[in-house]
Amino acid sequence: MTDISNSNALEKLRRMLRIRHFETVAEAIHAKGEIPGALHTYAGQEASGVGTCIVLRNDDYMVGTHRSHGHPIAKGAALRPLMAELLGKATGICKGKGGSMHLSDFSVGSLGETSIVGSGVPVAAGAGLGSKLLGNDRVTLCFFGDGATGEGAFHEGMNLAAVWKLPVIFCCENNGYAVSTPSSAGVPVKHMTDRAKAYDMPSAQVDGQDVDAVEAVMAEAVARARSGGGPTFIETLTYRYADHAVNMGRVLLDRGDEVDEWKKRDPIDLYRARLLDSGVAADVLARIEDEVSAEVADALQFARDSAYPTQAEAFDDVFVDRLPIPAFVQI
Amino acid sequence: MAKLTYLEAIRQAQFDEMQRDPTVFLMGEDLVCNVFGTATGLVEAFGTERVRDTPISENGFIGAAAGAAMVGTRPIVDATISSFLYPAMDQIISIIAKSRYIYGGQARLPLVIRSCMFYGNSNAAQHSDRPYSMFMNVPGLKIIVPSNAYDALGLLRAAIRDDNPVLCFEDSTCWSGKMDVPEDPDFMIPLGCGDIKQEGSDISIIAIAGGVPLAMKAAKKLAKDGISAEVIDPRSLVPLDIALILQSVRKTGRAIVVDPAHQNCSAASEISAQIVEHAFDALRGPILRVATADTHLPFSPDIEKPLYPTVDRIIAAASQLVRSDTRMKA
Repeated sequence: MTDISNSNALEKLRRMLRIRHFETVAEAIHAKGEIPGALHTYAGQEASGVGTCIVLRNDDYMVGTHRSHGHPIAKGAALRPLMAELLGKATGICKGKGGSMHLSDFSVGSLGETSIVGSGVPVAAGAGLGSKLLGNDRVTLCFFGDGATGEGAFHEGMNLAAVWKLPVIFCCENNGYAVSTPSSAGVPVKHMTDRAKAYDMPSAQVDGQDVDAVEAVMAEAVARARSGGGPTFIETLTYRYADHAVNMGRVLLDRGDEVDEWKKRDPIDLYRARLLDSGVAADVLARIEDEVSAEVADALQFARDSAYPTQAEAFDDVFVDRLPIPAFVQI
Repeated sequence: MAKLTYLEAIRQAQFDEMQRDPTVFLMGEDLVCNVFGTATGLVEAFGTERVRDTPISENGFIGAAAGAAMVGTRPIVDATISSFLYPAMDQIISIIAKSRYIYGGQARLPLVIRSCMFYGNSNAAQHSDRPYSMFMNVPGLKIIVPSNAYDALGLLRAAIRDDNPVLCFEDSTCWSGKMDVPEDPDFMIPLGCGDIKQEGSDISIIAIAGGVPLAMKAAKKLAKDGISAEVIDPRSLVPLDIALILQSVRKTGRAIVVDPAHQNCSAASEISAQIVEHAFDALRGPILRVATADTHLPFSPDIEKPLYPTVDRIIAAASQLVRSDTRMKA
């Protein structure tokens, strides 16, 4: 019998399921208006986030993107503050100041999920520089999409990490589209890994639907970074099931049968089948699924029961110290 | 007391803080060659890991300062000339100014971005900017604008020890002035504390950065005409010592704001607006701004120099305010 509590194999499934269930619930209540603002879902890309994060220690760092729900859950964040954030509550991980594009839990090493495409890349290089200067062996994982590789910030961050040999793993989650523009229309190279060649940076392209494959290339990259060998570029070939954002009232891009084709290689289905093949009992998997369902339901209840921030809290955390902000005139 | 120039004071603040705190480091373009003289002896003292030359990549290394600050270091970025902040606007505004807020107070970004305002020397429009007022429009950034060596030392030291991002705008027209400065390595000027550079009773001249020495000269000449001018240097624009400014204006009833930035939406505009909002009843006439004209800075020296605030323009504004006030009374 597999020891569930200590099993890395089952933890990968658990984290992928957490992301999937969390977003299924979020999308449903967003449709009813319970979550304000835009909701960019990660569904379909779970193996990319979990396969990379599972290799990291809690004190390793991570920088992510506007498609931010998957990354903190992959790195082990608790669900309650994340769901409360989506609902704009004071108990949210960002106290209701960030919302769906900024689910970032610093207690698990996150340094931000930023909604300006590519802007996390220099930050990740800087975190790597910080670790180097402080003399610790922490590494930084930086997520971004295929679209980000056209941004200047991406190239500047890659350049710094390469020239200073910083302990950073750049993970390009290539889901094929920059909002609605196919990669082929925005990226002149065939593979995102070709971008890394310009920086003389080791790179690997991996099946982003296969959590074990992602974990294997990530393990190599982390070992290199931790031992002073410098940065690595990983391209995870993956797919997002939803449009750029959900519940927009219109479809930005009709991708036809492509979505169903990709769903045949759903990362959770693939991994569940592999676990069953390797002898894990079906009821073990069912129990994990039930537990995750309950966790998400509990997070939603917590979020619903939580209070909204007060108007005064809109003035908190502009600075570390509380500077007087001139009162605005209300007419 | 030691006698230091403005640039030597900046060097001193950096040296002392790097000596005191091993998490402080300096990075920027051409530091090792000590391009402006603010890094003299730093490489020898601290090595090239902590005094780090960067590629020409402002958005990259200014963003990297944010990341490095978030993981526990205290970066000082020497961005050399202030126009070079523009390629890094994305990192300064979307990351550095906003991260603490967006993440509900989880992030801490103790970093300083230094840049000089290199104007008045025929360097044409792209190298002559005084852009601090643009950044005043972004919450989350503290802004200091020292006008002499003493203030530069005290303000920069406080900025390096501040747990917030601080932009330090260094006025090249003030570089050569020598001054006595305290040798106490803990001498600091708290951000948000303005200074009365000269007391007076007829008119308040609120002057920013390189505007301060001009205002002091103007005040001397005005005194000969029987006009007693009070010169106020806010020293930091965010936070702004509005209480000190209002106290002065309430005393004199007249105000001029001298600001090397372009006039439109300048620091002078904001200070003027705050005076009007809070001390309108004390004003005996309009508030006049002596700022840089809203055109670009041309290369040719004879047409560049008159566009900035000058001693003569300050005197003319002061005289106009005092005279028109007399006419009003008559």
